[in-house]
Amino acid sequence: MTDQFEPTIIGFTCNWCSYRASDLAGTARMKYAPNVRLIRLMCSGRLDPTFVLRALSGGADGVMITGCHPGECHYIEQNYKALRRFLLLRRVLAGLGIEPERVKLVWASAAEGARFAAETTAFVEEIRKLGPLNWGKVSDELSEISEPVHEEVAA
Amino acid sequence: MTVNGNKPKFAMYWAASCGGCEIAVLNIHEKILDVDANFDVVFWPVAMDAKYKDVEAMEDGSILLTLFNGGIRNDENEHIAKLLRRKSKILVAFGSCASEGCIPGLANLSPVGEIVHTAFNTITTDNPNEIYPRVSFDVPEGELRIPKIEKVLRPLDLVVDVDYYMPGCPPESHQIAAVVDLVIKVVKGEAELPPKGSVIGAGDSTVCDECPRARNVKIIKEFKRIQDIAPVDPTLCLLEQGIPCNGPATRSGCNARCPGVGAQCIGCYGPAEGVMDYGARLITAFSSVIDATEPEEIDRILDGIPDPTGQVYRFNLAGSLLKANREAWKVK
Ligand code: SF4
Ligand code: SF4
Ligand code: SF4
Repeated sequence: MTDQFEPTIIGFTCNWCSYRASDLAGTARMKYAPNVRLIRLMCSGRLDPTFVLRALSGGADGVMITGCHPGECHYIEQNYKALRRFLLLRRVLAGLGIEPERVKLVWASAAEGARFAAETTAFVEEIRKLGPLNWGKVSDELSEISEPVHEEVAA
Repeated sequence: MTVNGNKPKFAMYWAASCGGCEIAVLNIHEKILDVDANFDVVFWPVAMDAKYKDVEAMEDGSILLTLFNGGIRNDENEHIAKLLRRKSKILVAFGSCASEGCIPGLANLSPVGEIVHTAFNTITTDNPNEIYPRVSFDVPEGELRIPKIEKVLRPLDLVVDVDYYMPGCPPESHQIAAVVDLVIKVVKGEAELPPKGSVIGAGDSTVCDECPRARNVKIIKEFKRIQDIAPVDPTLCLLEQGIPCNGPATRSGCNARCPGVGAQCIGCYGPAEGVMDYGARLITAFSSVIDATEPEEIDRILDGIPDPTGQVYRFNLAGSLLKANREAWKVK
């Protein structure tokens, strides 16, 4: 055990390309950082920015969104939607004091297991440098103030 | 004030608010007489003289209906919210401030220290000796206290249990009148209350649904401020004209008041039914109209929204998933 900070990262993969890339990385026994919890969506276009905010408010330090390369989306051009959402979301996050680098978009085809593994490891290192986001903790601190309220109300 | 022990009791209170919600209630015109005829108004600082101690002396649960407007910004707001919760059977988060933070909630983008500094020591404020308010101050007569500001503004339901939410900045008069009517019917046994936690006095769809403007395929190459467009097409969807209109994510109920008269919806009715995070829904809505696939071009188009965080959370920041800027959260 070292004392180094191990970031928690939520990864959203699309069913057709990037999830298969991660699968390939796994079956090929490629080594990559184990910090990412993957959630499979049918398409990166299903990525509702709410998911990212939920992840960050629930304790994630970073979010990785992955999809098929532009032009290769199984649903024709939904990954462009993901791209546009991602770019606007990053601007909104910056306004909330969250480093936009905490959210990353990666294109990976089903054959790109190695790319998936390398990008994941690189992202984990970037987040490690940024340090913990701790959003869950800071907001909990505030709700502590209101804790006794509910008791009082019930009385 | 009616003195009739048998009538159900009514209260209204303002915490961190602008007072517009109170005016909106008075603006229900002759319906206000129904309030007086059917309720015993026991506490309503803007309309009548009553003291906190009068409320403290009331039996718990003895007020039937309290309309609470304003967010919780300081310890006095918090104290009265808890007090009124205890005394009231039905507590309504009234208006956008109480429901989701509203404009005062935008202060959650800044740490408290900065807010106080801006208010008391900027070029518009002559304060050469840097005098700032203190929570307590000793004078010969004793200790003077002013409320202590909390680090972020919270919607009412983050502080006490809330029975109903009534959105709007302020809620529309016809909606207020309908809610007053409903409560009177409930008192008479002619109607039932909606399930606890419901949004009342609003629709369950989006402002776009009520908007009279024509919609085709929305694709835009540029976002623009409405004042920079001349002339604005009076019949075409504003978003389609490149004006960031918050209608697609906003709850219906105002009859699309703003787009109806040529201004974009800025979102005062809060998130539409089923929307967990208002800003996230707007990010999706705005992204889907952008007609570009290259990151550089998308970024150029997004530059047309100069304050994206304020744009997508103008009314909802304090009620959003993240609720505040990181710096504001962290301040001790
Ligand atoms: S909701 Fe709007 S009108 Fe009501 S108190 Fe808040 S700012 Fe004023
Ligand atoms: S986006 Fe605005 S202008 Fe367009 S339909 Fe919706 S409410 Fe109306
Ligand atoms: S159109 Fe939008 S901003 Fe205007 S009153 Fe309705 S909800 Fe509020």
